Amino acid sequence: MSRIANLNCPTCAKPQKLSQLKAQRILLFFAFLTVPLFLLLVFTYLPAFNMIRYSFYRWDGTSPEMTWFGWKNYEILFRNPQYLTVMANCLYYLAGSLVQLFLALVVAFILSFKFRGSNFFKGVFFFPYLLNGVAVALMFLFFFEPQGTLNTILRFLGAESAITLWLIKPGLNNILLASISIWRYVGFNIVLFIAAIQSISSEIYEAAEVDGANRSQILWFIVLPNIKMIVGLNLILAVKGAISVFEVPFLITGGDWGTSTFVIKALNITFGANPQYGLGSAFAVVLFAMILLISAVQKLMIRED
Amino acid sequence: MTEKSVAIAKLKSRSATLLKYTTLLAMTIIVILPMIPILFGSFKTNYEFYATSVWALPRSFLNFENYRIAFTQGDMLLGFGNTLLIMVISITVSVLIGSMTAYVLQRFRFRGRKVITYLFLFAALVPTITLNIAIFSLMAWIGRNMGLQLINTRMAAIILFSGTDIITVYIFMQFLKHIPLAIDESAIIDGASYFRIYFSIILPLLVPAITTVVILKFVAIYNDFYIPMLYMPRSDLAVISTALDNFRGPFGSQWEVICAGQMITIFPILVVFIALQKFIYKGLLIGSVKE
Repeated sequence: MSRIANLNCPTCAKPQKLSQLKAQRILLFFAFLTVPLFLLLVFTYLPAFNMIRYSFYRWDGTSPEMTWFGWKNYEILFRNPQYLTVMANCLYYLAGSLVQLFLALVVAFILSFKFRGSNFFKGVFFFPYLLNGVAVALMFLFFFEPQGTLNTILRFLGAESAITLWLIKPGLNNILLASISIWRYVGFNIVLFIAAIQSISSEIYEAAEVDGANRSQILWFIVLPNIKMIVGLNLILAVKGAISVFEVPFLITGGDWGTSTFVIKALNITFGANPQYGLGSAFAVVLFAMILLISAVQKLMIRED
Repeated sequence: MTEKSVAIAKLKSRSATLLKYTTLLAMTIIVILPMIPILFGSFKTNYEFYATSVWALPRSFLNFENYRIAFTQGDMLLGFGNTLLIMVISITVSVLIGSMTAYVLQRFRFRGRKVITYLFLFAALVPTITLNIAIFSLMAWIGRNMGLQLINTRMAAIILFSGTDIITVYIFMQFLKHIPLAIDESAIIDGASYFRIYFSIILPLLVPAITTVVILKFVAIYNDFYIPMLYMPRSDLAVISTALDNFRGPFGSQWEVICAGQMITIFPILVVFIALQKFIYKGLLIGSVKE
């Protein structure tokens, strides 16, 4: 309509000339892309470049002098057992995320059949994901207190002998911290898995049921292969999460009693009493390299499908 | 089917239902368990809190004294103010520049378009949590050499939350795909400029996508602890999460106040969740696909 109206109506706005439009486009690109690109380059790419550069220097972060250090920071990082333990701690969270994915898969399978209350359960399981990390940390700090939630339950059950200093016992404390991660994030996986399972066509189920497959057979042989992609994606996210755990252990144990993680250590080194930006940056670069590697695997997986 | 096999099938499905509800109820208990004593505790007096079991009901659910202390002495009010200010500015900026970027990248074909898209994509791979070492030193450097103080100002958080990310751009681009190009074309013929098209046609049509982005950013900014802790340690700049974290020192022997602080932090999120569940799930799905 408007086309015709415009051509026949000399008082209406004149159709714009192509050259005018081109000039306008250039102006538009500048006006619309300058700020986002500026922020991206200055606050992501420049720091990323600096991070790699710092990792080859010895620097306290403020003095004008930076001493060339070559690969020494990396040598320190990979030779010092203190730093290697920190990397080993990731394994607790990695194991935790496998448990988390398995649990999420089973629960999502149950919830994917709509029934009375299924949305309520989904909401309850998901809610911890939205909670403030500080609130979660304080909640579990209280949970593991000597007079706190857990011990009260154990006393009530007559299992007093099981009571221990939960957060101080090496090994056990990492398992508990990883469990908090499961508590917090399992709902996220459940929501994603439910959506994936519900997108499988119901004909496949019906055929399987006619063939006499039971529920767990349906889950393993029908559902899982069909949502392999989204499970893989969640696995990648879980691995990324496991190597960059920070908030909850930082707030609950502060990384003490052998619970330090990669990120806590990197921050302690960089912003601690004796700031070593070089070594801290080397930590950051190693983490970055691992994430890149995982993402490359992810890309390959997607291409295969 | 014989009568017997029907009976067996019924029994089987009944036991399956039982198993189903047992699993779900057990999970529900595990999720809720750590929260109950915090809720109870927040209504107890100091004496009550330390003298009664964590599972004992408070004498009165109307004792809001701890909430009052948390709001005033515990700087929760200040925290809400700072969080709100940072949130409003950074969400506005981020929605604007995110949709502008998406508009340019989705609607126009030009040299460098691919490069810019990849710049955003690749940036998502850099783990921000450790990138902060270099960002912090950059901001300190800007403060020393350019006289623009960013550390210990709200600007630091605003800048870091405003920068657009690939998920935001992606959500907008997905949505733009469904807005027919014919709308733009007829507007051009009517003499509208590209700017006019963006502001008076595209932006209003993007409202559903904007809702998704706003909710995702709201949750992310409201819950973030790391950036305010690192960049704004000054006590008058406390946001919700750092204000709550600061409770541990002065209220170390008043856990009932800490409980009230946690409830205050949790409550707004609960309201948002109940009101906007569908949008939150949707945003999550879109966001995760691109990861």
